[in-house]
Amino acid sequence: MSRTRTRTLAKLVGTSAVAGAVLLSLSGCGKADMTKQASPFAAAKGSKSVTLSVQTWVGAQSNVAVAKYLLEHQLGYHVDTVQVDEIPAWDALSQGRVDAILEDWGHPDQEQRYVKDKKTITAGGGNGVTGHIGWYVPKYWADKHPEVTNWKNLNKVAQQLRTSESGNKGQLMDGSPSYVTNDKALVKNLHLNYEVVFAGSEAAQITQIQQFAKQKKPFLTYWYEPQWLFNQVPMVEVKLPKYTDACAAKGTKDPSSIDCAYPTTPLQKFFNTEFAKRGGSAAAFLKKFSWTKDDQNEVSESIASSGLSADEAAKRWVDKHPDVWKKWLPKK
Amino acid sequence: MTTATPVSPRGTLGVDTPKGPAQLLKNRRGLAKLLLLAVVAAVAVPLLHAQYGAAWPHALTVDVSGPLDKTSNWIIDNRDSHWLFVYFLGHLSNAVVLSVRGVYLLLLALGWTGVTAGVALLAWRVAGWRIALTALLSFVVSGLLGMWIPTMQTLALMVVAVAVSVVVGALLGLAAGLSDRLFRILRPVLDTMQVLPAFAYLLPVVLVFGIGVPAALLATVIYAAPPMARLTALGLRGADAGVLEASASLGATGRQRLLTARLPLARKELLLGVNQTIMMALSMAVIASVIGAAGLGDRVYQALASVDVGAALAAAIPIVLLAIVMDRTTAAAGEKIGADASATGPAFLRGWRAWTGVAVITAALALVGRLAGSLVWPTGWAVDIAHPVNDFKEWMVNHLYSGVPVVGGTADWAAHFTNWVLNPLRDGLTALPWYGALLLVAALAWLIGTWRTALTAVLAMAAIGVLGVWKPSMNTLSQVLAALVVTLVLGFGIGILAAGSKRLEAILRPVLDVMQTMPQFVYLIPVVALFAVGRAPAAAAAVVYALPAVIRITTQGLRQVDPAAMESARSLGATRWQMLRQVQLPLARPALLLAVNQGVVLVLAVVIIGGLVGGGALGYDVVTGLATGDLGLGLVAGVAIVCLGLMLDRVTQPTERRTTGKGA
Repeated sequence: MSRTRTRTLAKLVGTSAVAGAVLLSLSGCGKADMTKQASPFAAAKGSKSVTLSVQTWVGAQSNVAVAKYLLEHQLGYHVDTVQVDEIPAWDALSQGRVDAILEDWGHPDQEQRYVKDKKTITAGGGNGVTGHIGWYVPKYWADKHPEVTNWKNLNKVAQQLRTSESGNKGQLMDGSPSYVTNDKALVKNLHLNYEVVFAGSEAAQITQIQQFAKQKKPFLTYWYEPQWLFNQVPMVEVKLPKYTDACAAKGTKDPSSIDCAYPTTPLQKFFNTEFAKRGGSAAAFLKKFSWTKDDQNEVSESIASSGLSADEAAKRWVDKHPDVWKKWLPKK
Repeated sequence: MTTATPVSPRGTLGVDTPKGPAQLLKNRRGLAKLLLLAVVAAVAVPLLHAQYGAAWPHALTVDVSGPLDKTSNWIIDNRDSHWLFVYFLGHLSNAVVLSVRGVYLLLLALGWTGVTAGVALLAWRVAGWRIALTALLSFVVSGLLGMWIPTMQTLALMVVAVAVSVVVGALLGLAAGLSDRLFRILRPVLDTMQVLPAFAYLLPVVLVFGIGVPAALLATVIYAAPPMARLTALGLRGADAGVLEASASLGATGRQRLLTARLPLARKELLLGVNQTIMMALSMAVIASVIGAAGLGDRVYQALASVDVGAALAAAIPIVLLAIVMDRTTAAAGEKIGADASATGPAFLRGWRAWTGVAVITAALALVGRLAGSLVWPTGWAVDIAHPVNDFKEWMVNHLYSGVPVVGGTADWAAHFTNWVLNPLRDGLTALPWYGALLLVAALAWLIGTWRTALTAVLAMAAIGVLGVWKPSMNTLSQVLAALVVTLVLGFGIGILAAGSKRLEAILRPVLDVMQTMPQFVYLIPVVALFAVGRAPAAAAAVVYALPAVIRITTQGLRQVDPAAMESARSLGATRWQMLRQVQLPLARPALLLAVNQGVVLVLAVVIIGGLVGGGALGYDVVTGLATGDLGLGLVAGVAIVCLGLMLDRVTQPTERRTTGKGA
């Protein structure tokens, strides 16, 4: 009884081994280079294809939409896009799964590892837009109570900003966990009577802001620009203690000690090193790609509020602004 | 294998009296257990309190983030050179890409005419014309929604993922079905694979395979293979001893017996396994899009970025339809197996001739599509549903959010639920000293089970403390309990109503199908719009997701109550209410317990989605771990969720004192 059982098991193991061997032979013998993998859904155009990483916020989608449209219609490339969070995107970039990130808000650790140490990623210069993170209150509230735009007065209005999530403190709403934030440290170090409530995703945060705005309720939220939501819900920034290099240096040592505003960040592009060297006209084009906040917002607005597809939004912008993008095309 | 001890003698009328805690206190064993625990507590609590205090002692925590970070760095550094990656994992991922690409190109080559016809004819052969019609409609709808290409991508990925899951699951199940030791080893592994939130293992998979289809497929297989393994093992173990004896006495070897007797006898379970695997794989389609799995899931995920419920729904509907078609087809195939397999109708509709016919017609239609020059769904034939859906959502939110007369609006409900239920629960659980929590768990688990189940439950809770996530776990536990109670109250109520009325059940069926298969990402935005960011929308999402299973199991359990018992109760002049309370519910107890168990598992599965709408605690930690590439944070929170599930299962599922293991 037990002997036949062991035999059957042994046969099973044998079969699985054979199956494994078949699997290996499927993909050819010898070394398998995991960095040279296309998506199975990529068009079979091999040499003329570029993969761009899209981040989850709409501004990043706009960069990619326009770059994609021009690469396809002006330079004859096939473009694939992959939407992933920022840190996994860096990882994918170093492996060559994606060729370029067009908007990065600053990841010193990743830069140290991949750009400086491993040299698998190359910095690609700015994309022309300057990003800024801060605390914002809705304009309809700030107009009535101008004092709320200074952090020193926030404790006076904490009671107005209470929700069932923040208990007896005011609510400071944060969004996606992947975004850069020092809000917990700021609340603690500035002795504010506020609870940081994480919405958990940008979609949830935007939905909540729209909901507050509909009811004309006061709120305080972590937000950033450029962002299309400002066109729907006008917001005013709350003044935090001035950002200084000293404060930044202290913050890099110990993030929990930060007590000043967020910096303004010129948003950066990054390329896979291989692609930067051998990417031909696509790499040349993406290196030159650079536009303004207004350009980006125009595209973002058509995607997010007018409900156009990213491709249609890009086409609309490209038709309107040939003077901007003509400069990006590589010299023939 | 000893036989089970006979269960407690039944009361009159063949009705088992329910064993509530009160009942258990009456019999002496329960009292003795409690007394013993009280003695232990009296001795241990003062000592522990003096030593450590009420919060989980820091001395008893293990920090696992260091080694995990080392591991992740090692993987990143050696990915391109180490033999493990170059000669093994690399081939694995290439094979995946090749096979998915092969299926995808085949689907594209067939064109929309060929694919639609092929699937419809296949469904007709296997499951009859009604389901064939559903299949036909589903694919037409996918095309109309402008989702043809993503649907094909998802289908290609699903075909390969389900095939791999079925093979892997069947092999594991075979091994577990043939060897008791392996069965015992595999059970906890399978449990963990299913309860560990997929988000928690997305990051390790991405580290190894990089983003893209191979990683997505592997994550899907991890999630979808366990049901196949379980049901295969169950089928093999449940084979009729008489038949096996007969085949052994005819001199069949072990392998012959497996192939000619055990596997055919387990056909039903095997097909049910395939069915479950398909459903699980589809539910991963969207989650896998977070790591670059293209297809429909990716469309849902991208629509979220611009907060566009309509666009998300347009991509989600094909997923729901695919799931329903596949579910019905495999379920019908399973039912047919039990019945006489010969199809009715003329000879050319049976056996190989029919299959040839299916192939020929498919090929012909594919050719027609090709000649007509429309391989991809014609762009002109698309219907835009995004705008009307968004308008409807706006309208609904505007009217329900606040200021509904008498009952108040959803925002007020959410606030009350948070203030009156969630906050006290959370504060109570976090304020509860850790040894108190362990004792409570031990008492509950021991009262309805054995010392072993009690020990498991206590160890699971202790593991949470050791991992250093006691506080967020208590927060999550409070949310899970609240959502679970709401789910069970609603589920039992609706289930009882549906059991009493065939019409209601028929109306509910498609609604429940949609609720079960709708990707959770889609209702992320509506729940926030209705209930405001926080723990309330997280609970709402959990209830929506877990309710269908509870309703279904309750209805089925009540329906299957022995008619003889019902009849005798009726002849004794019992009213409908009495019958329900004293006959039906007690007799349906196993089904109700299963409903509780499924409720626990499903509510825990939505903890992560809760993290995306402001639920915080463990769910948020798992999401953060993935987003920031922090292996330790995500995995620890994921394991804590598994431990919570284990503990809840042990304190809600009574176990008899017996030495045999339960089924898989």
